Amino acid sequence: MAFLELSGIQKRFGETSAVIDFNLAAERGEFVSFLGPSGCGKTTTLRMIAGFEQPTAGTVAVDGKDITRRAPNQRNVGMVFQSYALFPNMTVAGNVGFGLRVRKQPKDRVAKRVTELLELIHLPDKADRYPYQLSGGQQQRVALARALAIEPQVLLLDEPLSALDAKIRVILRNEIRAIQRSLGITTVYVTHDQEEALSLSDRIVVMSEGRIEQIGSPFEVYNFPATSFVASFVGTLNVMTARVAGAAEGRLVMDGQPIRAARPVTIAPDGANVTIAFRPEMLSMGEAGANRLRGTVQDVTFLGSIVRIRVHLASGATVVSVDTFNDPNLTVPEAGAEVTISFPPEAVLVLEAPPAATAEDLIAEA
Amino acid sequence: MNRLSRLAWWLVFIVGFLYFFLPLLGTFAFSMRSQPLFSAYAVVTDDPQFAETLIYSFIVGVLTIIVSIALIVPTAYWVRLRLPRLRPYIEFITLLPFVIPPIILVFGLLRTYSGGPLPLAGSDFGSNVLLVAAYTVLSFPYMYRAVDTGLRAIDVQSLTEASQSLGAGWLRILVQVIIPNLRVSLLSGAFLTLAIVVGEFTIATFLARPAFGPYISLLGGNKAYEPAAVSLISFGLTWIAMGLISLFGRGARTRVQVVGAR
Amino acid sequence: MTAASSLTAPGAPAARPGRRFGFAWIGVVPFVLFAAGFLVLPTAYLLTGSLQDTHGQVTLQNYARLSEPNLASAYAASIEISLVTAVGGGIFGFLLAYAVIAGGLPRFLRNALMTFCGVASNFAGVPLALAFTFTLGASGLLTPLIKSLGITLNIYSKTALELAYMYFQFPLMVLIIAPAIDGLRRDWREAAENMGATSFQYWRYVAFPILLPSLLGTTILLFGNAFGAQATAYELSGGTINIVTIAITRQIRGDVVNDPGVGYALAMGMVVIMAVSIGAYSLLQRRAERWRR
Repeated sequence: MAFLELSGIQKRFGETSAVIDFNLAAERGEFVSFLGPSGCGKTTTLRMIAGFEQPTAGTVAVDGKDITRRAPNQRNVGMVFQSYALFPNMTVAGNVGFGLRVRKQPKDRVAKRVTELLELIHLPDKADRYPYQLSGGQQQRVALARALAIEPQVLLLDEPLSALDAKIRVILRNEIRAIQRSLGITTVYVTHDQEEALSLSDRIVVMSEGRIEQIGSPFEVYNFPATSFVASFVGTLNVMTARVAGAAEGRLVMDGQPIRAARPVTIAPDGANVTIAFRPEMLSMGEAGANRLRGTVQDVTFLGSIVRIRVHLASGATVVSVDTFNDPNLTVPEAGAEVTISFPPEAVLVLEAPPAATAEDLIAEA
Repeated sequence: MNRLSRLAWWLVFIVGFLYFFLPLLGTFAFSMRSQPLFSAYAVVTDDPQFAETLIYSFIVGVLTIIVSIALIVPTAYWVRLRLPRLRPYIEFITLLPFVIPPIILVFGLLRTYSGGPLPLAGSDFGSNVLLVAAYTVLSFPYMYRAVDTGLRAIDVQSLTEASQSLGAGWLRILVQVIIPNLRVSLLSGAFLTLAIVVGEFTIATFLARPAFGPYISLLGGNKAYEPAAVSLISFGLTWIAMGLISLFGRGARTRVQVVGAR
Repeated sequence: MTAASSLTAPGAPAARPGRRFGFAWIGVVPFVLFAAGFLVLPTAYLLTGSLQDTHGQVTLQNYARLSEPNLASAYAASIEISLVTAVGGGIFGFLLAYAVIAGGLPRFLRNALMTFCGVASNFAGVPLALAFTFTLGASGLLTPLIKSLGITLNIYSKTALELAYMYFQFPLMVLIIAPAIDGLRRDWREAAENMGATSFQYWRYVAFPILLPSLLGTTILLFGNAFGAQATAYELSGGTINIVTIAITRQIRGDVVNDPGVGYALAMGMVVIMAVSIGAYSLLQRRAERWRR
């Protein structure tokens, strides 16, 4: 049996459904991320685990015990808040030791545990500082130490890094992961940052509009997105529409040009429209791959280690992005140049039929 | 929130509500003892002194607002723009009226300007000047705070530089750019000033001015039911001023509503 | 926000000192002159007067005479009234503000209360005193009720004055403390609960200590507010109650056979007390704001 189990969770606020049929079973020590845009229900789900919200239906169980109706202060679940929520009237030591003090633990034990935790977060000399005397990154570490002090069964982190600078974000996220691994604590991490989720997690739960779109390892979610939402939300993706020409052989026609997918198309018959996707980094300039598309360079953007070339396909309005690694010897095509881009059949992901309504709309417009 | 504690909070609210309304009710009931009904109000409003003192206090209030704005706006603007180092000192001066209550202020004004090189207290005109000056001083704390928070909300530096680059001079910048952007702050400061000045007693009495506050007090000593009527009218005026503040101040970041002792 | 505007901190345009600083101070001259003439000079007059005897010699005698029974008791009464109404108004005002903000009362009551507090805190002086006379005085509305409860309330007494002062004291508390209560973040309560704290423990260790500087500071402000009040007391007691502002009133009127130096000392003693309380208030307010960053 899984350590943290959410079964059939629903949450409605009045008329609106915030979370719809959420099921997750996380193993002991697993690091799970909830990834999605704001308002997708990820924070609401987290707050239901902490007990700040009551699910309209469904159960939350930790280590086999149903805690759905338990008050937040009876749950032994540690939480790190987006705003840190450090108590401004207490020192760092006071904040970290708070959970132990309200549990009426002896003073010397509290002090010992506080020292341990401050060592763990690399702030042993800041015990007597007040939160307002610390940087944002330091405050976040203290918030983490405070949540860990009570030795919670589950650690919850609600967008803990969103208020920090890009550099500190990367450093801290590595630290969080290292601490999590060393303690072996089951962790749920809420974020809207796909890079964070990909780099930290054992598994990612991608959410949209209250529903789970996909649960999978970072590798699966990135390389084999289950839906077009996942495909577009996780990483940059060329998402476009193609017509199925030969389902059995994986033949498609996109923008009037034939392409091939590695696998047969099973979700739609010949002649139907499907959504396909391929990642910019899977494409290259030139004629190296089995699939070739002709087009005109629209613009070129330097993104540091990567150069992104946007190509206007020859026969239509479709624009495809191509990423290549930056290299001083690279010859970048100019805007307006005629180019060929190519990619292997493995790069083509056939996701789903476009919604019927959209197709009808197109007919109606025409 | 359990039922018991919510009940307790309701109880607190009801006590506060009663404390607020019972004195008003008492005053109204008293004013109704004169026969026929509402005759106390009729007598008061027919009294020429009522209108005279009210108009006098209103004019003094308007003059106070003008002087106060003319002093505070350029100063607060200039301090923000060019003299940020003086800010704590200017702020300190504007808070002094909290330390020096009206009774002390008028005491000092009377002694300073009764004789010497500038015997203002000796003449009617001079006393009027002193009255407006004293009220202006009383308005400093909230006027300055209102203007300063208003200035903080707009980017004074950029607005000034934009106006200058378009060829505007200082006066034009202040009148056509800064002041319109402070409208909300200035209006709430102005109505607060009116609420305080109309009905102010201590300073007006000692300067022997024919103002509304001393008039109510005089009435209170001589008549039975009319003072109750005037008190309620005065309360209504305060309510109107505060209502206008919250009407115009809607959406403003801070509503300045707090003044010193009376 | 665009990249350009995010370069400067929002709301705090960077000052550019130095440029034409030589003459820039001229801009504040009218204000400073006005304040000097109508605020500082009169106070300075009282101060120098308090340090001189009738022959213009420097002396501290005037201050020594503040310990005379009549004057000392005026200070004692003023302090007592201010203390009682500040603490009473402070506690009740806090409870009232908390009731409408976090006590589960309907939202519209909060707006109604804020408006009424704005009015009530500014409804002081003569009309307020009259209203209390009509309610609790000899033929007041509530007088029969109070008598039937076996309580006698003299409208000229300290108690009556305290009741009247409360009318503007607790609304002032509500106005000033409401933002502080609003400033208690939901996160703090949730974090405390998350770590196993009960509601009481949250109040005891988190909310109350955070509010304490604001509560103390505002109570001190209320103290000063009552201490400096004159019109309400004068009208309610007919000028008979012996508190500092009324004692000064008598000095200005020349009702007392006395040398003026004592009157000045009386006034300066009051200024000192007001200065201490306002100073303590702004100190505590700053402390409260420091935490709130």
